[in-house]
Amino acid sequence: MQWLERLDRRWIFVVMGLLVLGPLIKPLYLPLSVTEHVRAFAAAIDRVPNGSTVLMSCDYDPSAIPEMVPMTRTAMRQLLSKDCKIVITVLWNAGPGLVDSVTHETAREFPGKRYGVDWINLGYKSGNEAVMVLMGQGIANAFPRDYSGGDTRSYPIMHRVRDYSSFPLLVNISAGYPGTKEWVQQVQARFHLPMVAGVTAVSAPEFYPYLQSGQLQGLLGGMAGAAEYEKARGEKGTATRGMDAQSLGHVFVALCIILGNVVRRTRPAGGTA
Amino acid sequence: MGRMRRGCVPGAGRGRAVLLAAAALAALAGAGRAQPRAAVPPALLAPPPAPASGLIGDDVSNDAGRALTLSWKLSPDDSVGLHRVRGYAIERAPDPSGPWQLVDSVAARTARFVDQSVRRNTDYFYRVTTLGPGGITPARSVTGPLRATSSWFNDRRYSVLVATILFFGFVLYFMASAQSGKKPFVRRIPGINAIEEAIGRATEMGRSVLFLPGILDIDEIQTVAGLVILENVAKLTAKYETPITVPVSYPIPFTIAEEMVRAAYLNSARPELYDPTSVRFISPEQFAYVAAVTGIMLRDRPAAHIFMGAFFAESLLLAETGFSTGAIQVAGTANVHQLPFFVVACDYTLIGEELYAASAYLSGDPKLVGSLKGADLLKILIIASIIIGCVLETLRIHGFTHWMQTQ
Amino acid sequence: MKRELPLLTTALIGLFMILSFFVPHEWVSVPADFLQATAIILVAFGYVLGGANVLRVNLDAVSKRAPGWPYKVLLVVALLVTVIIGVLDGIPREGGFLNAGTRSKWIYDQVYSPMAATLFALLAFFIASAAFRAFRIRTAEAAFLAIAALIVMLGRVPIGDRMTAWLPHAFQLGTMQQWIMDFPQNAAKRAILIGAALGVMATGLRVILGVERSYLSGEE
Repeated sequence: MQWLERLDRRWIFVVMGLLVLGPLIKPLYLPLSVTEHVRAFAAAIDRVPNGSTVLMSCDYDPSAIPEMVPMTRTAMRQLLSKDCKIVITVLWNAGPGLVDSVTHETAREFPGKRYGVDWINLGYKSGNEAVMVLMGQGIANAFPRDYSGGDTRSYPIMHRVRDYSSFPLLVNISAGYPGTKEWVQQVQARFHLPMVAGVTAVSAPEFYPYLQSGQLQGLLGGMAGAAEYEKARGEKGTATRGMDAQSLGHVFVALCIILGNVVRRTRPAGGTA
Repeated sequence: MGRMRRGCVPGAGRGRAVLLAAAALAALAGAGRAQPRAAVPPALLAPPPAPASGLIGDDVSNDAGRALTLSWKLSPDDSVGLHRVRGYAIERAPDPSGPWQLVDSVAARTARFVDQSVRRNTDYFYRVTTLGPGGITPARSVTGPLRATSSWFNDRRYSVLVATILFFGFVLYFMASAQSGKKPFVRRIPGINAIEEAIGRATEMGRSVLFLPGILDIDEIQTVAGLVILENVAKLTAKYETPITVPVSYPIPFTIAEEMVRAAYLNSARPELYDPTSVRFISPEQFAYVAAVTGIMLRDRPAAHIFMGAFFAESLLLAETGFSTGAIQVAGTANVHQLPFFVVACDYTLIGEELYAASAYLSGDPKLVGSLKGADLLKILIIASIIIGCVLETLRIHGFTHWMQTQ
Repeated sequence: MKRELPLLTTALIGLFMILSFFVPHEWVSVPADFLQATAIILVAFGYVLGGANVLRVNLDAVSKRAPGWPYKVLLVVALLVTVIIGVLDGIPREGGFLNAGTRSKWIYDQVYSPMAATLFALLAFFIASAAFRAFRIRTAEAAFLAIAALIVMLGRVPIGDRMTAWLPHAFQLGTMQQWIMDFPQNAAKRAILIGAALGVMATGLRVILGVERSYLSGEE
């Protein structure tokens, strides 16, 4: 067993790579169950009156594609299927290009929906929390131009949008800072805007206190949360396809923890570290 | 809530402005019809809906005089399934006789509206018109005058004010007390002691120290804490004549870090040892920063890595790469979701507030050490509040919890 | 005056911003909002300094033929090309920066996005190697941590449910991991957050009062 202690970590990388790649090529179709917080996320969007205008803040960049993009797509589909209008903002400077591609792709699945009428991408504005506060004085003030450079106020969707009071819900899909925590502190706490969030798996535990206090009405955590959301909505997207790979990856990491400790415990007395 | 204003000026005006407003409302009532309708026999046309009533308004409290809140009783025809009401239009005028301006319209089953487009200290009159497929029913009365005024104090934040005053008081008291000679005891934190040990190790091995002040900008307090620690680290590296490398992700922390390192060498009477390229601006892009820093680790092989500040997903990449080079690693962050990675991969980790306390430990300045005790005393108060609050809530006494809630 | 003026400015503006949290009146809230908006503009100008430093450091290394200097040439070329293309695309008749079909969007889609995603993906490998190498169960607390980690890791994925489907609901991995996340984890997270928030307040107060002044300049 001692050879394991001297094992080149690149072998661990190889095994991990194979375990992740395998199910992507040959799916295992492991069954998913939808947890309470994911159900609450979908239910919060369901409660929004049909035809309302919803604010969606997509605060992520390409590094978080596997977790964030499936959430964005499924949430956007749920909103558009309710004939809701969506005002999209991005607070990460590397995010707007990606968000624009994702939202255009998703909107194409609804042939009757038009940019500027049913949804709009206001693009990126630097300033983090200051932008959130500025939006409270007027969305169009904070974003005078949309992502494509047009005058925000000229789009039909923005005619009825003034500030946070124009929205019944904030859907925040966020990969870090600025993100969910800042939206809760600056917007939800001040303006009492109902809010749901989709976050990365590593940061999801940080938001459980907000779920318990009711400041967040629902939470998607990582790709697992995205996959459960897809299942709740009857979809089979990239997150669902990735869960088999994630399952094997988690099992492998668990084995590494156990094996690492077994190797240390079985080391002969007086052996080198 | 502020004073309730219920004005009732009988008779909506019949002026030209009213007719124009009515025309606009008619357009609204018809809005949303995507397709032209076929002619409907008159017998089947629904009558206009019954009007909304009981409109009352009030100044929104705890604001800068930017909003008025309105509420009314729904039209008796506004019931689920009846479809005789499409919505309500809210109109506003400076005078009961007009001119009336359409402020907004809300959907059916909505009995409340906050008008955030008002000017402060200006009187307004409001009326609510009911819209339906059968037509428009004008308001029977007008409410006003309503005036939005600025509040001098947000009365939902008393608890925060009390806590803030207590905190300021505690910190100032213990700072003064520490300065007068009564320096409080602070427990040893291994991670902070390890910083000097790490620098010493790098000096013995003839290699450099790598210091990362986090990946956020100067508006993040963790970055400020990291830079304060850098000042102490730079003084030590200057004293021991150990090279230091400080890759920084944002421009403003970069200029501050550059000044700190330069001053450290100047103050140690070693200006010739200062390397202007030791502090480098890399990139605000998280993974571009990581790629650059891991490259520095693998090429330059610093013997000591000190990560102090806000870190995110790159924390494990940095720590694991650093481990592979054999460097001693000391990390500190208040981002709780990254702490597990640092704890696992680094030799010492400062957890949460230990990062903020580090500057007091390293400098030994009585005022800074005193401020630690002030913060600790407030922590004891918070613990007591939590216990008291739990007991009171269990006994269904909600006053304390309500007082603690803020807006 | 070199240090006193910035310290005084910091103290006044810091106390004013604290005041703005409690006083909604327009005499306080309007200037506070203006200050926050101004901060955005100030930060933007800092990028000029940063860009100049990148060029200086890397061109210096190239001129001295420091180890790895070809990569520094590549970095400088990539920086200049991206900036120039970005500026050119930003001219309205050119289609707009990062809009579909532009050269900047091509760089974003074909170069930046894959690189960022790849680096993030490295975490999966590093987690496995860190778990094998460094997660040592030496004490009772570490054992509890390891057990909780295993339950949460396996309970979060479908395979965990499959492994324990035969057990009563309360003992299935999914249920146990949800309980761990909702209760003990939540309590510990809250405690660290409260402590960290106090640390933020203490550091902020030290900066406002001028006790912590190293951010100004290191000169004594």
